[in-house]
Amino acid sequence: MKFKTFIWFVGPSLFLMLLFIALPLYAVLMGSFQVTQPVMQTVEVESCSAGFLTQSCTTEIRTIPVLDEETGEMLTTTEWVGWLSYERVLEPQRAWDAITSLNYGALMQIDFWAALRFTLMFTFITLPLVIGVGLAIALAVNNAAKSIRGPIIFISLLPFIITPVIGSLSIYWLFVGDGILTRGIENLLDRDIAMFAQAWTIELLMLFYRVWHVAPFAFVIFYAGLQTVNQDTLESAIIDGATRWDRLKYVIIPHLMPLIIFIALIHLMDSYRVFDEIVGFRAEAHVISLQYLTFDFLQPDDAGNRAFSRASASSMLTMVGIVILLIPLLRRTWRDHKGSSH
Amino acid sequence: MSDTPRAMRQPFSLRFGSAAFLAFWCLLAAFPIVWITLMSFKSPVDAFAANPFDVIFGPVTRDRGNGLSVLDIVLGLVVLFFAIKLAFSWLPRKVNEWSPNGHVWAGWIIGAMAYGVAFIFAFFLILPAILGVLNPILGPLGNPIIGLTTEHYQTIWVERGFYNNFINSLIVVGGTVTISLTIGTLAGYGLARSGSNIAFWILIVALIFRALPHSVLLAGYLPVFVNSAEILRPWLGDNAPTLYGQPLAVIAVLVSINQPFTIWMLRSFFQNIPNELDEAARVDGCTHFQAFRWVIMPVMWPGVITTGLFSFLLAYNDYLITALLLDGTNQTMVPAIAGFFNRETTTTDQVVAVAAAVSIIAPLFLLVMIFQRQIVSGLTAGAVKG
Repeated sequence: MKFKTFIWFVGPSLFLMLLFIALPLYAVLMGSFQVTQPVMQTVEVESCSAGFLTQSCTTEIRTIPVLDEETGEMLTTTEWVGWLSYERVLEPQRAWDAITSLNYGALMQIDFWAALRFTLMFTFITLPLVIGVGLAIALAVNNAAKSIRGPIIFISLLPFIITPVIGSLSIYWLFVGDGILTRGIENLLDRDIAMFAQAWTIELLMLFYRVWHVAPFAFVIFYAGLQTVNQDTLESAIIDGATRWDRLKYVIIPHLMPLIIFIALIHLMDSYRVFDEIVGFRAEAHVISLQYLTFDFLQPDDAGNRAFSRASASSMLTMVGIVILLIPLLRRTWRDHKGSSH
Repeated sequence: MSDTPRAMRQPFSLRFGSAAFLAFWCLLAAFPIVWITLMSFKSPVDAFAANPFDVIFGPVTRDRGNGLSVLDIVLGLVVLFFAIKLAFSWLPRKVNEWSPNGHVWAGWIIGAMAYGVAFIFAFFLILPAILGVLNPILGPLGNPIIGLTTEHYQTIWVERGFYNNFINSLIVVGGTVTISLTIGTLAGYGLARSGSNIAFWILIVALIFRALPHSVLLAGYLPVFVNSAEILRPWLGDNAPTLYGQPLAVIAVLVSINQPFTIWMLRSFFQNIPNELDEAARVDGCTHFQAFRWVIMPVMWPGVITTGLFSFLLAYNDYLITALLLDGTNQTMVPAIAGFFNRETTTTDQVVAVAAAVSIIAPLFLLVMIFQRQIVSGLTAGAVKG
């Protein structure tokens, strides 16, 4: 295909990605080194209140924002502050003190480190679970009678397709104070349970939710892969006396390996940006993720201001994290590409 | 069973184990959804009852005069059964008969809408009227046994104006799916048919973009969107729009965020279509674009549908972007529901919110029902080999 034709085909998509992904990314990078603040001025204000015979007056010095004379809006200045926003997010001094004094609790007091801890833990615990559960369901469905596969696939797809915020809410309602499962467990154990009063139970529920939500996706992909397993290889393995376990280990799993890597990759990307669960479980008081941290900075505070520079800094840090996680994979793709072109 | 070789036969324990695991998984997968659906039809006392049977049968709801009798359930199921049967046999025939040549899709849109309206009319207006007459006559058969009320749905859709959010969702989702598929198929085709280094690097960059947390981009959008009127004024004059809160702006953002995934997926679909097909078309005198439009697209529909489904899910399920880039009047359903929770104070509010959540799930449910085969086969054919 000629380059010109290629551009005609790819151009619109490329344009959108440049305008709405690359450009904002650049803006965020720049924004993370700048701080925009309203211009303030100090004025002497004399305020008087009515009094008998003489007014009682006080003068004080106040700091007020400068207003634009034409529009009446606040004037702002943008300053280049270098790494200041990063320092405010990372709080290196406090973090270092906590690390050197081996005070884990103090480190977790800093939002960024707590969010990083949770995000990484979340990603790496759910990854093997999703692959394992997905594979187990795929094998079991493949084993089931053909007539019931349709309905089972239908039911299995539901957790994947459901809106994440709503899905986590539906589990939240089962475990909320007077939810049906909480009551059931309370009856069994004969003690009070409050699933949403401490961090670890919420984290457990979030891990469970994510596996519940993504395992069906893994299942569908693995199930599709299982349909293409070479029957001849399987049969020769049987003739060679391979047990069921051997066949799974030496024939089926190697055949599915590209799919396992595909799932791992997609899951890595998606669980690193865990966010919807925190909204659904209303966990923000106990646990937050990196993406939630940025969201929180971007939400207008009581005065209607958004902490753009800190949001930019924290989102750049989030991005650095995902790129580090992706490096092994990108290197592999690069090797494959080089290999195929020679 | 008898024609499978002996070595391939499974011992009883294995078969039993795998069936038990499947049953357990299905329960796990369906339970939360089924349960909140049940809750949404009950009065608050029943919805949060300690006894699960109270949630299922809803005695308090029933005592308030909202309930279903045996007759209601039987007749309702019969009508539902025939409605589904008609939808799968009679409707496609009629659509094919009546649609103008080559515009079957338009026929489907009109047919499906007409069918939906007719169903709502029959199921929610005619059927209750008939049952209202029959129930008192039949004695015990007509007595309500299961409590069920739709009052929370009325509250949410009519009183609280949830239909506005629904319409906003439709606009955002429709726009996102249409635009991202149009642009995505072009790009996917171009990338699949070009072996150049540039194509490879575009794909790698797209992969990195796919991995970006959306919050990273949002930090870049917000200041621009909020101040867009001032930024655009030099070019557009005083009519410069404020992009913040505009569904159109959100569509553009969602389409772009979705592009990396769309082009990867569509590219692998296009790679499965043999190159000889477009070469033959080119020999016959088509340009690249004509070959794409008249030869390749007709065989690409399965891939386009699968990719469209994923775009739909992304736009429909999104919370982060719609919550931050849309203001109150233009909100889509998901952030609107999250808003309900922050305001909730009583259990009634809570059940109303549950009803809203179930309303969101319903279209997804239909979607899986209709496109289940496409999802499975589409993934087999496409993304998997990517």
